[in-house]
Amino acid sequence: MTEQKTLRVTVTRQEPGQEPRDETFEVPYSDKTSVLDTLDWIKETVEPSLTYRWSCRSGICGSCGVMVNGRPVLGCETAVAGYRTSGITVGPMAHAEVQRDLAVDTDTFLAKLRSVSPWMIPEPSEPSTSDVPALDVLAVHSQLPGQVEAYHGYLQCIDCMLCYAACPVLDDVAGFTGPAAIATARRWDLDSRDDGNEVRLLALAENEEGLWPCVQIGACTRACPKGVDPARAIKDYQREAMGG
Amino acid sequence: MPDDFPHASTPPTVRVERADVVVVGGGGAGLSAALAAAESYRAQGRDDALIALVSKVYPMRSHTVAAEGGAAGVVAGGGDSFEAHVEDTLRGGAGLGHEEAVRLVVEQAPRELARLERLGMPWSRTQDGRPAVRRFGGMTNPRTWFAADKTGFHLLHTLFQASLREEAIRRFDEHLVLDLLLAPGDDGRRAVRGVVGHDQHRGEVVVWLASAVILATGGYGRAWGTSTNAGIVTGDGLSMALRAGLPLRDLEMVQVHPTCLPGTGILITEAARGEGGVLVDAAGERYLADYGLGPTTPVGAPHARRMELGPRDQLSQAFWHADRDGRTTPTPDGGVVHLDLRHLGKAVIDERLPLVAGLARRFAGVDPVTELVPVRPATHYTMGGIVTTATGQVLESDGAPVTGLFAAGECASNGLHGANRLGSNSLVETLVIGRITGEAAAEVRPGALGAEGRPSALGAEARPGAHEAEPRPSAGEAAVVEQAQALAARWLGLRGRGTEAPGTLRRELGQVLDAEVGIFRDGDGLARAAAVLDDLARRYEDVRVADTSDVFNTDWVQALELGAMLTVARGVVAAAIQRTESRGAHQRLDHPLTDDVARHSLVTLAEDGVARVRLEPVEQPVEQPVEQRVEQRVEQAVASVSHQGDA
Repeated sequence: MTEQKTLRVTVTRQEPGQEPRDETFEVPYSDKTSVLDTLDWIKETVEPSLTYRWSCRSGICGSCGVMVNGRPVLGCETAVAGYRTSGITVGPMAHAEVQRDLAVDTDTFLAKLRSVSPWMIPEPSEPSTSDVPALDVLAVHSQLPGQVEAYHGYLQCIDCMLCYAACPVLDDVAGFTGPAAIATARRWDLDSRDDGNEVRLLALAENEEGLWPCVQIGACTRACPKGVDPARAIKDYQREAMGG
Repeated sequence: MPDDFPHASTPPTVRVERADVVVVGGGGAGLSAALAAAESYRAQGRDDALIALVSKVYPMRSHTVAAEGGAAGVVAGGGDSFEAHVEDTLRGGAGLGHEEAVRLVVEQAPRELARLERLGMPWSRTQDGRPAVRRFGGMTNPRTWFAADKTGFHLLHTLFQASLREEAIRRFDEHLVLDLLLAPGDDGRRAVRGVVGHDQHRGEVVVWLASAVILATGGYGRAWGTSTNAGIVTGDGLSMALRAGLPLRDLEMVQVHPTCLPGTGILITEAARGEGGVLVDAAGERYLADYGLGPTTPVGAPHARRMELGPRDQLSQAFWHADRDGRTTPTPDGGVVHLDLRHLGKAVIDERLPLVAGLARRFAGVDPVTELVPVRPATHYTMGGIVTTATGQVLESDGAPVTGLFAAGECASNGLHGANRLGSNSLVETLVIGRITGEAAAEVRPGALGAEGRPSALGAEARPGAHEAEPRPSAGEAAVVEQAQALAARWLGLRGRGTEAPGTLRRELGQVLDAEVGIFRDGDGLARAAAVLDDLARRYEDVRVADTSDVFNTDWVQALELGAMLTVARGVVAAAIQRTESRGAHQRLDHPLTDDVARHSLVTLAEDGVARVRLEPVEQPVEQPVEQRVEQRVEQAVASVSHQGDA
C-alpha cells in the first residue's frame, strides 16, 4: 500500500456557554474526499463528541453548511483536494448562534422565513384547499411553462443558510430578514397562482430590518450553492417599496 | 437488547408535553398528516387543538427531499384509468399487494396531487398549462406528475412552508423519539398514550402525552452499505414498534435501485430513462435485451415496461447477471454499466433533468451532455414495515387495532407496494395515507388517561420551553410517565460507556447486508448474514458512546440509530431465511420459483431480542364487480388535468 496522503484539518469547536477553541487533525484524503468526509473521519477515529449536521450527502437537504477557510459551503459537496497545501479550517456558519461545535441555531432563520408568509395566498375569490369539496380540488390552476420559469430560480432555495453566513449586513443588523427568506418571498410573489404580493411587500417594507439594511454587495448570491440570486430579489423589492 | 444495558441509577427528570395528536417524523407523510389534522380540527371548530410534530431533524431536511422522479396519479386524455394503475401496482406487488389498499391510494391520488398544486407545488407543465406527466418503470401509461427531477424536494418544501402558517402545529425539531408508550385501554385492547423522546437542544427527556400518535419515521435503507438513503433513514420507528411488541411485515422486501453513482450510492432517477436515457455495457451494447427485458426499443423512444423502463428489480437483476458475465466496467467501487443521455441534448437535460446533471457533474465528474454516466445498483426503498390496515391503523400480531396508533409512509406496510414498489407510488402514498391518518387521528377522542386540561395552541414558531400552567397528571398519566422514565433511562444509560467502536459495527452491518441481502440471496449467504448480525448484536451491547453531553450528543444518537438498524436488519434476515421462494424484490438463487400461495412474513421480537418469523397467507379479496359509478366519477374528475405526449 502506498502511504496515505493527509490533510491538516482545523475545527473550531465550542461547548454551550464556553469559548470557542481550535483543534487540529491530520486526516487522510483522496481526490474524492469531501469536507464532510473529513469530519466523519475525525468523529469516528479521534473525537466522538465532534458535533455537526449532515444527512443526504448529495447537496439537497441543506443540513451541512459550514465555514471552510472563512467561506460558507456545503460540506458534502466541497472536495478538500483543492486545499492540499493550505489545509482547511472548518468553523460554524457565521451570523448564527453556536449550539455545539458546528451546529448553529436554525430557529431564528425559520422565524424570519415565516415572517414573509412563504405560502400560497390565493385570490380572495378562490376557495381554500380545505374548504372545497374533494373532487373540485381537481380544478388545478393553469400555469404555462414560461410562468413556472418566472419563479423557477427562487424555487431552488434549500434553506441551508449559507447566504446568511456570507451576508456582511448581518454583522451589524442581526435582525435583518435576510437573503433566503426574501428570495423565498419573491418565489411566491412571482408565482402566477399567488395573490400575496402586497402582504409580503408590506411586511418587508414596514420592518426597518426587512429590506433596507441590504446595500447590494451580492455576497449572498455568490455563496448560494443552488444558483439562487437573493440579491436581485432584495433589489427588486427595494425598488417596488420605493414605488419604482 | 436494551434490557442488557445497565440502567441509570436514578430515573431521569422528564418534561411533560400534552398534545391532541403526536406526529413522529416531518417528511412527506408526517407533514401531510399534520396539515390534515389541523384542517380537521378547524372543521370541527376546535381552535385549541395542538398537533405536536416531532422530528429528529428539521422537517425540510427529511429524506423525502431526495426523491427525484415524481408521484403517480391517473390523468385523463391518454387512455389511462384507475383500473390500469391498480393493475400495474398489484402486478409489481407480486401477490403481496392488497387490492383494497392499492385502490384507495390510486383513487385518492389525483385529488391529493391537485391539492398539492393548490398549496403551490411547482409541477412541471404542458405547453397548454396543465400538470405534465411522464412515463415511469412498470407503469403502462404516463401518469407520473413531476417537478423537474426534484419532485420530492419541491413536495417537501411546499408542505413545510404550508405548515408554517398552521397555528395548531407545534414543531419539536431535533427531538429524537425513543419509544412508544402503550397501555391497556378500556376495551381490553392496547391503546397509545404517547411517546417518549429526547430534546437535543436542551438535553432533556420529553414525554408527549396524547391519545393519537402517527408514526411517519421513514424506512430502513441506510442499514445497507451501498444505499441511496440519507444518514437519517435508520428504521427508528420500526424498531420502536418491535420493542412495543408489534409485528413488522415483509421486511425482506427491499428494493434495489438499478442506477446509482458508484461509491456514494447517489440516486440517478428513473426519470432519466423515462426521458429516453439508455443503459449500455462495457462494450457499448444495450445489454438489457439479453436478460429478458427486450425486445430492444429504438434509442430515444422509451416503451412502457420494456428495456430501460422495465421494473426496477428486473433491471437490477440484469445488472447482477451482466456483472457476472463480465460485461461491466470495473471500478474501485465495483463494476459499473453506463447511462447514456447524450442523445437527449443539452436543452432537454437542463430542463427535465437538472438535478441529475448536477449530481453527475459534481459527484461523478462527468457531464451527461457529452459523457456517459457510470451507474450501479444500490439499496433504495424498503417495502417492509409496521403492519397497518389500508388506512394506516396499526395492528397487533393478532390483527387487533392499537387504539389511536397510526403509521404512514415508508415505515408502514399497508398493502400498497406488496413485494415491490413501482417508482412514483411512494410519494403519492405519503400524501394520501398521511392525510387519511391525520384526519383519523383528529377524530380520536381522549381515553380514560386523557389530560385533565386541554393543551393550549401555540404558534409554530413558539420555542419549546415556555411551560404553560400544566394540569396535574392523573394517576393513569403518572403511570405512563413512569413507564417513559424507565424506557428513557435505558437509552441514557448508554452514554459514557462501552468499548465497541460504533463506526466499525455500522460498516460491518452495511457490508454483510450488501453482500448477502442484495439483489439475489441464498440460504448459505443468509445463514452467514444471520451469524454476523448475531455477533454484531452481541458486540452492540458494549457499544462505545464516549460523549456524555446532554445537548447535541450526536455520538449517542448515532449509536441509537445503529441499534435500530441492527434490530430491524435481524428481522430482515430472519424473514428472508424463512421465505423459501422468489417473489418481487426477494429473489433466492436456491429457491427460484414462486410459491402458489402468496404469504406475508410477520416478524416479532421475542424476549431474548431475537426475531421470530411467522408466514401468513395473504387474504384473498372477494371478487368485486367493477363499480361503474367510480369509473364515471374518474372521467369527470380528471377532465381538467391533461397528459403530455409520450415523448
